[in-house]
Amino acid sequence: MNHRIELRSYSRELHNFRLRLAISAGFMLLLFLLLFARFFYLQVSQREHYHTLAEANRISIAPIVPNRGLIFDRNGVVLAHNYSAYTLEIVPSKIKNLERLINELTTVVEISARDRKRFKKLMEENRRFESLPIRTRLSDVEVARFAANRYRFPGVEIKARPFRQYPKGELASHVVGYIGRINDKDLERLEADSELANYRGSQHMGKIGIEQSYERELHGITGVEEMETDAAGRAIRVISRTPPSAGKNLKLSLDSKLQEVAEKAFGDRRGALVAIEPATGDVLAFVSRPGFDPNLFVDGIDAESWDLLNNSIDRPLNNRALRGLYPPGSTFKPFMALAGLELKKRWPGSAISDPGYFSLPGSSHRFRDWKAGGHGLVDLHKSLVISCDTYYYSLAHDLGIDNIYNFTGQFGLGKKTGIDIEGEVSGLLPSQAWKMKRHNQKWFGGDTISVGIGQGYNLATPLQLAFATAVLAGNGTAFRPHLVKQVLDSNNRVVREFGRSPLYRLKLDPANLKAVHNALVDVTRPGGTAAVAGAGAAYAFAGKTGTAQVVGVKQGEKYEESKLHERHRDHALFVSYAPAENPKIALSVLVENGGHGGAAAAPIARVVMDYYLLGKVPQEAAAQPVDQVDEEDEEHEQDGEDGHG
Amino acid sequence: MDSVMLRPWHYLTRYVDGFLLCGILLLMAIGLITLFSATDANGARVTSQAINMLVALGIMWLVANIPLEHIMRIAVPLYAAGLFLLLCVALFGEINNGARRWLNLGVTRIQPSELMKIAVPLMMAWYFDKHEATLRLRDYGVATLLLLAPVLLILRQPDLGTALLIASSGFYVLFFSGLSWRIMASVTVAVGASLPVLWSMMHDYQRKRVMTLLDPTQDALGAGYHTIQSTIAIGSGGVLGKGWQQGTQTHLAFLPERSTDFIFAVFSEEFGLIGNLLLLLLYLAIIARGMVIAANAPTQFTRLIAASITLTFFTYIFVNMGMVIGILPVVGVPLPLISYGGTSMVTMLLGFGILMSIQTHPKLVKT
Repeated sequence: MNHRIELRSYSRELHNFRLRLAISAGFMLLLFLLLFARFFYLQVSQREHYHTLAEANRISIAPIVPNRGLIFDRNGVVLAHNYSAYTLEIVPSKIKNLERLINELTTVVEISARDRKRFKKLMEENRRFESLPIRTRLSDVEVARFAANRYRFPGVEIKARPFRQYPKGELASHVVGYIGRINDKDLERLEADSELANYRGSQHMGKIGIEQSYERELHGITGVEEMETDAAGRAIRVISRTPPSAGKNLKLSLDSKLQEVAEKAFGDRRGALVAIEPATGDVLAFVSRPGFDPNLFVDGIDAESWDLLNNSIDRPLNNRALRGLYPPGSTFKPFMALAGLELKKRWPGSAISDPGYFSLPGSSHRFRDWKAGGHGLVDLHKSLVISCDTYYYSLAHDLGIDNIYNFTGQFGLGKKTGIDIEGEVSGLLPSQAWKMKRHNQKWFGGDTISVGIGQGYNLATPLQLAFATAVLAGNGTAFRPHLVKQVLDSNNRVVREFGRSPLYRLKLDPANLKAVHNALVDVTRPGGTAAVAGAGAAYAFAGKTGTAQVVGVKQGEKYEESKLHERHRDHALFVSYAPAENPKIALSVLVENGGHGGAAAAPIARVVMDYYLLGKVPQEAAAQPVDQVDEEDEEHEQDGEDGHG
Repeated sequence: MDSVMLRPWHYLTRYVDGFLLCGILLLMAIGLITLFSATDANGARVTSQAINMLVALGIMWLVANIPLEHIMRIAVPLYAAGLFLLLCVALFGEINNGARRWLNLGVTRIQPSELMKIAVPLMMAWYFDKHEATLRLRDYGVATLLLLAPVLLILRQPDLGTALLIASSGFYVLFFSGLSWRIMASVTVAVGASLPVLWSMMHDYQRKRVMTLLDPTQDALGAGYHTIQSTIAIGSGGVLGKGWQQGTQTHLAFLPERSTDFIFAVFSEEFGLIGNLLLLLLYLAIIARGMVIAANAPTQFTRLIAASITLTFFTYIFVNMGMVIGILPVVGVPLPLISYGGTSMVTMLLGFGILMSIQTHPKLVKT
């Protein structure tokens, strides 16, 4: 019984077993088909996609940053160069706990609180960068110590990077400018200019001055290295390499010795000086005082130094020569005089009688001369030498605002000079159209009168004044002022040169020019407003003093320097060129709150001229301001806001 | 003369299944070739794997020569020892990478879970053979307990891959011993319902694996990295592959664990769809042979053990390939006969030895 059941059960079990084997065989086949389907999908349908991904895994494109071009002065003195140093860089994306990592790094390499702060700032500003420096300029000992501990710090690496240095520090800082780390805003601009590709790998770019304006030339063309890499990003071998082409070197028109003399001549005073070679437009000196040390900006300036520079009352970061707007004051008079002669409103021989004021016909308002009681009979020559106001009040009235505007505008006033650094402002030469547009007001006759002596709405930058003076010195031939004289390739072959051909030539009567030149030379001679500064000059030193009002003086009040706060004192101005018969240099000087042009500004011009024309190196004392006001010194023009009544 | 010459050969091959051996040797050859490429022509690694293979082949030969009655006799003690060692691991095991899998015996370290891959199906097959005549529902319950005890201990280590393989080998024994479809269906439903509970019991790394399976790009540099890189390797291989030692993913070290669990990606990148097809066919041939052996096996024990070994072999292949191509979670399962590693090779060939023994020893058919 038992046996039979077992037998039956056995065959049934075997049948069942084999059935289940067949079922599982089918099941396995099905799953293998599933695998195969997936293989087919990956390797046939999606092959291209994965092929691309594999290639991307394999090949990494590494930019090779070109060496930035160097900057020299006109005599080959280096103003900006590069040197190589080690930096310790962190790849933030590979780091989980940055704070802890930096703390651990501190045990190997010194990292100051300032470094940390700077790194944090860099992280915020440079999100698109792979690696950011936590420390720069590592010593050899630090490099060795980190190398030994490197295994502890994945995502941290030592890199040799070129650094920009400005060996002359503050000298010509407003001209040379500086480079700084590329921030998100720079990147946006680069993207807009479709220059981003060329900046792959670049950490810095010019931020201001020549470094900024000539960024295209200085940067160079980035090379590319195609490398095969493994998963850790380590380079296995180079597939192809396009070498970078180094940035162009720049030879400035600036004479760094002259620049130094000029900067020293300012002492502690604020102001600006621009010196131009009239025959070329070469800018020989370009001073804005105070300056700053551009080296501070290269690695990212720390907050403390930044505050010091940015919040200083002296505003050292402000480029006064390029962007400072000042009433030209009496330095405007030579151009007015020439306008009078050229437009036949005045003749060198004719004189006016100066009662000490000028009134418009039918008006009781008096435009006063700086000298109460007047200068008596004043011709054109005398009007410039003693800086008579009344002569120019009446001349302005005779010329009319539009003639003034059109004529003096030819000397570049009221327009940008087009100098080759960015940020220039255009100044202001008023006209009827301008007033209507700007103030929606009719032009009044009274407006014209104060414009005649460079006050009123008149505003100019020291650069514009220097340019206008250079055009005058060059008898009407204008060259675009330029700080860069030559663009050189890396072998110092000239690629481009500036100042070869003039912008334009004004048609001016040589006799008229001569009359003005002669008068301007006498300004620096005994009897002239700059006689002290001109004393004993071994060349014909042509110049014109000017004083620009900082606070208005009401009708009937007298300007008294001693009663005014130092920063409310007038700005001292002086425009000049020499030697007058064949000018080699034309310049403008501005001393903020310096008071009288003849006393504060003209001596600086003299020092610069002496050095440039005679090679005379000034003694320290030569730069000191002349304190007492000489009698022939020009007086302050008094013109209230209510000048037209 | 002839018979004298042939005698040693006869002794050597008497209990060896030629078909199985051919398949195994072919796969081993593929394994060595792929390993050579995966290790960047590291001769030492390849030699050491070849030695592993020879040792495993020797063990297979030994097992093939043991009659099934003897093997059946060691089932219970082997299982008991394995379970004891697993308990020891749970109590005194060494912790390595967050898992407690190894037992340090002073002289050597052993991984008892590996032993259980053979011991569990043997034990269960023995149990069913013993109660063959009077099989009742209760027996399935007991067998299930025999399975669950080691599986749970291994899950606790935690070693998801091994637990999964042992559970499936045990399940195959249950299935082929005639577990009713109705029970299987209700258990499936019950398990499905308990999945959320299981989820809450899972370790973080296991959950992460499950999550990255659903979307590997979620954690491209972390948990999903393996799958993404292996999928890229396979996909970029195309139909013909990049050629031996030409796989960029492999040689540029983008593929992790490329000589062990992910070796299939190396193979697939270099030999393409054609290579994959060949590999699948070879595996299929071995599986088919195992099925034939099982179908013709003389006793309940041999049938169950042969079927379980064959299907477990399939499970290895499917789970490994499935994880490498991104359709299954990344669990530590090697590709049989190809992945680098001595232990799994020995376990695998032990199974084939048993299959051969079943096939080649005189069948004492019960009639």
